[in-house]
Amino acid sequence: MVLTGAEILIRCLQEEKVDYVFGYPGGAVLYLYDALFQQDDIRHVLVRHEQAAVHAADGFARSTGKVGVALVTSGPGATNAVTGIATAYYDSAPLVVISGQVATAFIGQDAFQEVDTVGVTRPCVKHNFLVREVRELAATLKKAFYLAASGRPGPVVVDIPKDVSMAQCEFAYPKEIAMRSYNPVVRGHQGQIKRAVQLLLGARRPMIYAGGGVILSEAAEALARLARLLDAPVANTLMGLGGYPASDRQFLGMPGMHGTFEANMAMHYCDALLAIGARFDDRVIGNVDHFAAEARKIIHIDIDPASIAKRVKVDIPIVGNVLDVLEQLLHQIEAGPRPDPARTAEWWRQIEEWRGRKCLDYKFSNELIKPQFVIQKLWEVTNGEAIVASDVGQHQLWAAQYYRFDKPRRWLNSGGLGTMGVGLPYAMGAQFAHPGAAVACVTGEGSIQMNIQELSTCRQFRLPIKICLLNNRYLGMVRQWQQMFHGQRYSGSYMDSLPDFVKLAESYGHVGIRVEKPGDVEGALREAFTTHKNELVFIDFQIDRSENVYPMVPGGKGLTEMILPAEEL
Amino acid sequence: MRHVISLLIENESGALSRVSGLFSARGYNIESLTVAPTEDESMSRMTLVTAGSDEIIEQITKQLNKLIDVIKVTDLSEAAHIERELLLVKVRATGAAREEMKRIADIFRARIIDVTDASYVIELTGNQAKLNAFIAAVDPALLIETVRSGACGIARGERALKL
Repeated sequence: MVLTGAEILIRCLQEEKVDYVFGYPGGAVLYLYDALFQQDDIRHVLVRHEQAAVHAADGFARSTGKVGVALVTSGPGATNAVTGIATAYYDSAPLVVISGQVATAFIGQDAFQEVDTVGVTRPCVKHNFLVREVRELAATLKKAFYLAASGRPGPVVVDIPKDVSMAQCEFAYPKEIAMRSYNPVVRGHQGQIKRAVQLLLGARRPMIYAGGGVILSEAAEALARLARLLDAPVANTLMGLGGYPASDRQFLGMPGMHGTFEANMAMHYCDALLAIGARFDDRVIGNVDHFAAEARKIIHIDIDPASIAKRVKVDIPIVGNVLDVLEQLLHQIEAGPRPDPARTAEWWRQIEEWRGRKCLDYKFSNELIKPQFVIQKLWEVTNGEAIVASDVGQHQLWAAQYYRFDKPRRWLNSGGLGTMGVGLPYAMGAQFAHPGAAVACVTGEGSIQMNIQELSTCRQFRLPIKICLLNNRYLGMVRQWQQMFHGQRYSGSYMDSLPDFVKLAESYGHVGIRVEKPGDVEGALREAFTTHKNELVFIDFQIDRSENVYPMVPGGKGLTEMILPAEEL
Repeated sequence: MRHVISLLIENESGALSRVSGLFSARGYNIESLTVAPTEDESMSRMTLVTAGSDEIIEQITKQLNKLIDVIKVTDLSEAAHIERELLLVKVRATGAAREEMKRIADIFRARIIDVTDASYVIELTGNQAKLNAFIAAVDPALLIETVRSGACGIARGERALKL
């Protein structure tokens, strides 16, 4: 069948079972939008800024595991999308971003709304393509979806010049795709698996450090089985929260800069560290030399060989898909005799002692709303079952620490790039993917204003997101660092001339609530999640302005050099 | 330590910039880079000369392998290999220097490939050290310009980088 490039794109998206395309039209994508208009399978979500289109597609992807799709025009459409693309790249979210491009004859002529999209996005994509001929379009899109979802997932950009979207050719969608240059390893090396099992069974102080790879490969159940068999404590990174049930006794919380005392101490003093789909980044292990000074054996499972031995020396590297490797480990362990539970008894006694420090305790106040209290109430009111999309800053860490995630794909945040403004569009993507689910956006007054225009999109599509704004009229994380390390010189970290968020929400047609007393927190949340279940509710919590995120490992310090709240008071 | 890395890459526009972009983005050292299509025109072969600790070289090879267009990567320095580079030099060739330059070219087994009343263009291939030695042997006052291709490398014996 002979189709235009635009029609081919639609057919390819249908073949890939794409439900939603988040986008914004423009000159270079007029034919693509025309083709979108003439079909009903794929729903187009008109956002208010291209950055939000990519974040929303990303939120859709993170909450489902499917590939998210965004569609933007050439030039500024593409450059606006870059932050979204880089955000997805850092956290390995599977995306296909389709950008319009000026017609091939105009490329390189400094044409109106021309930008070298492939060049601009190259450092922050898994791969990208410029489609020069309409006959390459179908195969390129097939490759794009395959690359985005397989191996270590990531965003793939497909740049389509306007004349390619108009040109015609015979359409055939390839069933299979093979690329000689791309063959991700799936199963772990059997010899390494054996060595890892030996080490883990012999360890007296085993520790599991699990990251986003567990969630990406749908390995939460396998991880839980392994942790139980080994009787090992588990810490989940910021990207890995929900990969192991937070309510389980073996869960120690998050490691790293704002991790728990027990998780950081266990990371440091274990004798065998099993790292699963995590990358020992600077926010997790702090000072590398300090971390390396303590003798421990490290097993590192990752699908990306470049993540292994990048920052720390590893004794047993295992390249492979997390789920497959965990199944291999389980198979090997289950075939042998049961590990002796007595071997870890002393280790658990030590961990319970660390836990006894109750590092997440905070001083409750009857006068000032503590942000930690808001998150705890949010957890109670939603029975711990909401999808929580967070922005970036103090509120993000409080949400990570106090909303105890028991299941994967319920915690959406920008862990790697740390992009302020992701919260609302992430919540939108998640709400489209899970129409009946409770979706909360935990945000700050700085972050929310970076994509606040999306309140309009939420109105258009009647998205019943609950926005929990922890409003301290400061760029709180910046202020915290300035307080601690820059002589309390609060340079540029205050927020003046804030809008009345209640009126703002109302002007978009939503419900707005302002909460100023701790006693009103729970009531407001209940009202939002029950009375206004089907509406977007924007709750402006006026929180204690001086609250800081603790524990904290200051930059350049080691994991055991945490500042705990008690020491600060 | 200096390493010579060879790789096969899809012969597509932008492939070269993916490699050079990787080096600049991650702060890796790049001494020279040569690239040309192979006998199978769908592929290019690239020789990269870089320097770094073992950890950095390991990361470089892993990051190169991670690029979707890269088909195969090998660190030639891990085993016996041969390196060759091409040097073209334009020198003044008048008076006594005319004979002198001819003599130096002969000693290095270089070839004079262009002659005018006042100049020669001399072609020399060899490893980096030989090319450096040749340039050092020429009176700087006689050097008009030089151009070097960057190193090409191949493994000795049976070892080969191919599909």
